[in-house]
Amino acid sequence: MASLTRADVEHVAHLARLGLTADELARLEGQLNHILDQYAKLAELDTEAIPPTAQTIELENILRDDVARPSLAAQDVLANAPERDGDAFVVPAILGGE
Amino acid sequence: MAEELTQLLAHEMAARLRAGETTSREITAAHLARAHATDRGLHAWLTIDDGRALAEADAADAGLAAARAGGAEAVAALHPLHGIPVALKDLVSVKGGQCTAGSRILEGYRAPYDAHITERLRAAGAVILGKTNMDEFAMGSSCEHSAFGPTANPWDLERVPGGSSGGSAASVAAFQTPLSIGTDTGGSIRQPAALCGIVGMKPTYGRVSRYGIVAFASSLDQIGPFARDVRDASALLHAVSGRDERDSTSAPVPVPDDLVGLPSSDDEAASWLRGKRFGVPREYFVAGMDPGVETRIREAVAALEAAGAAVDEVSLPHTDYGLATYYIVAPAEASANLARYDGVRFGHSVRGGEDYLADYLATRGSGFGPEVKRRIMLGTYALSAGYYDAFYLKALKVRTLIKRDFDQLFDAGFDALVAPTSPDVAFRFGEKMADPVRMYLSDACTLPVNMAGLPGVSIPCGLSGGLPVGLQLIGPAWSEALLMRAARAYEGATAEAAWRRVLPPDLGRLADPAVPTPTERAAAR
Repeated sequence: MASLTRADVEHVAHLARLGLTADELARLEGQLNHILDQYAKLAELDTEAIPPTAQTIELENILRDDVARPSLAAQDVLANAPERDGDAFVVPAILGGE
Repeated sequence: MAEELTQLLAHEMAARLRAGETTSREITAAHLARAHATDRGLHAWLTIDDGRALAEADAADAGLAAARAGGAEAVAALHPLHGIPVALKDLVSVKGGQCTAGSRILEGYRAPYDAHITERLRAAGAVILGKTNMDEFAMGSSCEHSAFGPTANPWDLERVPGGSSGGSAASVAAFQTPLSIGTDTGGSIRQPAALCGIVGMKPTYGRVSRYGIVAFASSLDQIGPFARDVRDASALLHAVSGRDERDSTSAPVPVPDDLVGLPSSDDEAASWLRGKRFGVPREYFVAGMDPGVETRIREAVAALEAAGAAVDEVSLPHTDYGLATYYIVAPAEASANLARYDGVRFGHSVRGGEDYLADYLATRGSGFGPEVKRRIMLGTYALSAGYYDAFYLKALKVRTLIKRDFDQLFDAGFDALVAPTSPDVAFRFGEKMADPVRMYLSDACTLPVNMAGLPGVSIPCGLSGGLPVGLQLIGPAWSEALLMRAARAYEGATAEAAWRRVLPPDLGRLADPAVPTPTERAAAR
């Protein structure tokens, strides 16, 4: 089964948007590979003809009526904002330059 | 008098309340006082809200007075939890209150609304004392992964209470509250219930709405009760169950009234076992399990047989694949759920880096603890391009096989399965922290039940080396009333057992200023 190199660990950390220290990356490389070794066991099973189970209760397409209903007040929604400007969240700029 | 109130079961408190012998305020004040006085050595709580709890208690007393004016029928119509204190795991939203999920990334976050179960508890007249400690984002089996320091086990302060709902379990075992709420994604209610010697149930997936609960793995998470006996746990489950349109996975299945009608007589309860059929899955007696745990489970099975139940050894052949399956599916779902912690709308936030990406990396890198990072990494990897089929899809297919194992036994006529809850008794702090796979194995007997979406309850069945052992009963979907009935029957059949009289030996040391706190113990290691 696949094993992760240090470069793989750094790539996954980037995908997950986790800023990790060199120590954390080193420790995770060993730990993740140890956990991946456990996954190898699944290869023993022939699952070619087995359908996947993503959820266990047979409920599908649960929809509610499309009617307007009260939602949280803007003040409540914004109360936890790390940075706000009036009734808006201040978000980091995603386009370069000021 | 006040201290004595905390020693009662919830249904005994309710009886005194209705008889006019005490008030919800007295009951609530007694528990608040005990929680404050004894939590130094235990650290079961992250928030205790005296003011709100006492106000809710006064409202419950006023509600009872109004009901009395309406006659006996109005009093009888009150929920059994009316006026009774409850603790909530710190991932349940209570409007205006802190809700950390055991994580620095949510430190200081205050919930802008009530969870569905918070509304249901208020509607039942229950009194919310505060919020309990937990492994960060419910990821862990020992409560050692809380960002706010571990919780101890009142049976031995050197040992863990289990997890992730460790604070909820320890607080009930230490008589700080008669009832508490936990969540169970791979065993996080049943395993700490077992390790703390109390009752804990994970209901069928879909039984309780997850609206307002901090999400870990959305196809596995379920909310459930802790209590010191089966009747109390069952009444608490009754209060929080039922369809809620804000959680589209909460099922339109009626809540059985039987949950509040369990027999008070031990003999009557035990007589239910006659003619019932139980299976004992041989794969749940895993290699390396504590021999004392196995002995207690075998004795419990013998007690069920002696009371008239038929018990057969059965097989759940895919049990051994449960761990790998779970540690793909749960981290995959977690990696998606935890993507929301970006430091923009709420929670811990680091700004001022060279670009938005630097801010995200810094926020998430400094806000999440090691176990959460590990799971996000695992899940992100399992879902990443080129590995989705090999890991995630493969795991979902094996999940089908695990579910079929259970379905076949219930289709064959077994009323329930009987197994150990955990292969171990409470372990020492630090014992499993260095090796994540060892920690994960302590849920080997519980996580297949989550994979299959089934209900399971852990009940005390004796001691091994002076520490509690949990017996797990597993039933088909929506069989909570039957499982509670079976659990109550076992309680009735073993009511005279000497181990039932044993109290957690370290209760007397909880308030001792000479005893190190769990956080001091962790720092000293």
